[in-house]
Amino acid sequence: MIGYFTLILVCQLMGELVVGTLSISIPGPVLGMLFLFILLLMMGELPKSLGQTADGLLRAMSLLFVPAGTGVMMHFKLLGEALVPLSAALVVSTVLTIIVTALMMRWLNRAGSDA
Amino acid sequence: MHSLQETWVYLNSSPLFHLTLTMVAFQVASWVFEKGGRNPLLNPVLGAVILVVSVLLLSGTDYGTYFEGAQFVHFLLGPATVSLAVPLYRQWHKVRGSALAIGASLLTGSLVAILSAVGTAWLAGGSETLIASIAPKSATAPVAMAISEDLGGLPSLTAVLVIVSGILGAMFGPMLLNLIGVKDWSARGLAIGTASHGIGTARALQVNETAGAFSGLAMGLNAIATAVLVPILWRLLF
Repeated sequence: MIGYFTLILVCQLMGELVVGTLSISIPGPVLGMLFLFILLLMMGELPKSLGQTADGLLRAMSLLFVPAGTGVMMHFKLLGEALVPLSAALVVSTVLTIIVTALMMRWLNRAGSDA
Repeated sequence: MHSLQETWVYLNSSPLFHLTLTMVAFQVASWVFEKGGRNPLLNPVLGAVILVVSVLLLSGTDYGTYFEGAQFVHFLLGPATVSLAVPLYRQWHKVRGSALAIGASLLTGSLVAILSAVGTAWLAGGSETLIASIAPKSATAPVAMAISEDLGGLPSLTAVLVIVSGILGAMFGPMLLNLIGVKDWSARGLAIGTASHGIGTARALQVNETAGAFSGLAMGLNAIATAVLVPILWRLLF
């Protein structure tokens, strides 16, 4: 467990190093995900304990957003003043994005399997 | 001996208290979510945030003090994001088979996310600062905040908008997808991940591993797409 948690941290650190050095606008952890993925492809199989470590972290993922979400308390005034444009934009955009992406993916998948 | 109040004042400023508060609030919110038959309105992230904010406001604690304790939970977001490589690897055979469909759907979804947010905020009379803050809201928080800053938005407001987008997608995404009759887990996951990044992915993983893997993939790809598209569109529009 600790060994694979270390591997995950090393991947994240490599990601942060590359992002910081090349100053690209991808988050370090996203690049770290890519590194771990490439490593898995090279190994050709998923070690059982790595699977368990990752699953453990991912099961807790919702919890991990609570501290950042609590940051809302710093913006009550601004959110109150701009409640209408902000909430309208968030709702309309989230709904449209989900619908369009899902329909597009379904359509392309079908087109692909018919061909 | 110290009085209970002295001890409380001491604990209230120690990291342990706010770390525990975060965990307890999430446990309570998850319990309510389960008891309520997983009703989307009882989303545990939203519930926990409401509980924590209430306690902080009642005790007169500022966010900085809270974060000293909560940072230990917050820190694990990085390793959790890296861990998304695991479900992606498990589902790789499905992903590889539809790479072109994924790329095209993601690009379209990313454009819709940006343009509809900017368009609606503009129509509803939002200021340019507000529009800049909301444009990258479907990307994961660190990317969205960096883009917002470049455009002259408020990065910390963007962080809040990113979180709310995530919670909205996690709450209503599954219902919306049922409504339009999309049953394919890969399409469902991709849609949630594009609109609602990590929070949507966390929710998708609880429902189905294929959906979770596609959602995590969409989150990563949309971080890149948003970072490229928003600055280009911004120059065209303003």
